[in-house]
Amino acid sequence: MRFGVFRASFFQEVGALSRFTARFFREAFRPRYEWEELVRQCFVIGYKSLSLVGLTAFIMGLVMTMQLRPSMVRYGVEKMIPAMVCIAIIREIGPVITGLIFAGKIGSSIGAELGSMRVTEQIDAMEVSGTNPFKYLVVTRTLAATLMLPVLVILADAISLYGSYLGVNMYEVLSFRLFMEQVLDNLDYYDAIPAIIKTFFFGFAVGIVGCYKGYYSTKGTEGVGRSANSAVVMASVLIFILDLLAVQVAALIWKI
Amino acid sequence: MKNNEPVIEVEGLCKAFGANVVLDHFDLTLYRGENLVVLGKSGSGKSVLIKCIIGLLRPDAGRIVVLGQNVPDLTYMELDQLRARVGFLFQSNALYDSMTVRENLEFPLRRHWMNVEQNEVNDLVHKVLTSVGLAHTVDMMPAELSGGMRKRIALARTLILKPDIILYDEPTTGLDAITGMEIIELIKAVQHEYQTSALVISHDMKLARHAAERIAILLEGKCCATGTYQELSTSKDPNIRAFFD
Ligand SMILES: Nc1ncnc2c1ncn2[C@@H]1O[C@H](COP(=O)(O)OP(=O)(O)O)[C@@H](O)[C@H]1O
Ligand SMILES: [Mg+2]
Repeated sequence: MRFGVFRASFFQEVGALSRFTARFFREAFRPRYEWEELVRQCFVIGYKSLSLVGLTAFIMGLVMTMQLRPSMVRYGVEKMIPAMVCIAIIREIGPVITGLIFAGKIGSSIGAELGSMRVTEQIDAMEVSGTNPFKYLVVTRTLAATLMLPVLVILADAISLYGSYLGVNMYEVLSFRLFMEQVLDNLDYYDAIPAIIKTFFFGFAVGIVGCYKGYYSTKGTEGVGRSANSAVVMASVLIFILDLLAVQVAALIWKI
Repeated sequence: MKNNEPVIEVEGLCKAFGANVVLDHFDLTLYRGENLVVLGKSGSGKSVLIKCIIGLLRPDAGRIVVLGQNVPDLTYMELDQLRARVGFLFQSNALYDSMTVRENLEFPLRRHWMNVEQNEVNDLVHKVLTSVGLAHTVDMMPAELSGGMRKRIALARTLILKPDIILYDEPTTGLDAITGMEIIELIKAVQHEYQTSALVISHDMKLARHAAERIAILLEGKCCATGTYQELSTSKDPNIRAFFD
């Protein structure tokens, strides 16, 4: 019985989110285009998450390097540490951790912002002021999230590698040039390309879920908190599901 | 100033949410230059009525003719053009809280494709803020303003487009008696200064007594009576009496 209720609401949610996404594509490619607001949102969204993403990326790189060392030393392959850390970060850790941080920071802030605009009738006010609120709020934020997450991930990858370089140098002396040489020798373009491509989807998921939760926020200020919260949960789960799909698709395309 | 030209005609308006029938064949006419107050208790569907008139909600049935155009038939563009001539004052003010007062006021001007020069925009902002008596708040954020001030700024934001009609959603609800009275005076002053027609929905009898030239009573989804304050206050109908006692 309880499971039945859960299943019904689960499918309703998926259906509603799909309709919302379909509407996004309908509205995004039709004028009027909100360039000014899109640029502003890109700046806001990118800038807001920059320091958090940088900090976590640095720590991840450093800690991964330190954690790997004992087992690598045991097998006598500590020379492989830079390459291993780098592949792990570029293929998986960078996109997923950055995506999750992004979901926590941006997904919740979009959910709360649009939610409070909904319950205080600001969205209706835009509509009567000659503005399509879907284009002005949802399309711009979702596009901005889609475009900014890949940038943040590339940045995070670079910072992680620097963290890893410092981690290596805590135990041995290795020049940055040599470190990078080891990294690049073992890195192929099909390590990087699919990983970057999937971050566009992660960014899109965070943006669209945040907007969806906020746009249909109900029941006063309490509903706003719930929108923000469920936006983070849903976006995070979606990131993992997309990650699972991405690895299969990449394996199919690159036959590895 | 007043004549018998209707600016809003609502005929047989029906609106239900699922099984909850909110409006059931509602009729109403607003004439040019008139201040009409629609009274109804809370939850009776007043906001639904006004949102149908501005096209935010789609009615299930009925005609809503605003300035000669039937709202449910309009395309998105036509609706936008109509909305530039009909101001809407939201119950919760709906000021954009990420923008300053100036940006709030400029928003409808810029978004309605009106080609106004920057110095003209500044003049307009100054003019409407002076009309509502808050010229000094132009660079403040909405969060820094009191409830009554926010209501005035929201009114200024609808006035900046020089609308023919202003729709007020419970303009005095949530304000103390004195501030409420100031808003009532402001509604009358605005009607005089800008020559607008006003449709006010409320459950505030003080507002009805001071600002209304005509009153309509919304009861169980229908318009059960219209008339002046004097006419209705002497009515024998117990449903109408309930508002006046
Ligand atoms: N968007 C909506 N969806 C479902 N029900 C609604 C919606 N808007 C209003 N209602 C219902 O319509 C009725 C009238 O609401 P409303 O017009 O806001 O009352 P009021 O006269 O206090 O302004 C209420 O019972 C409310 O639950
Ligand atoms: Mg209401």
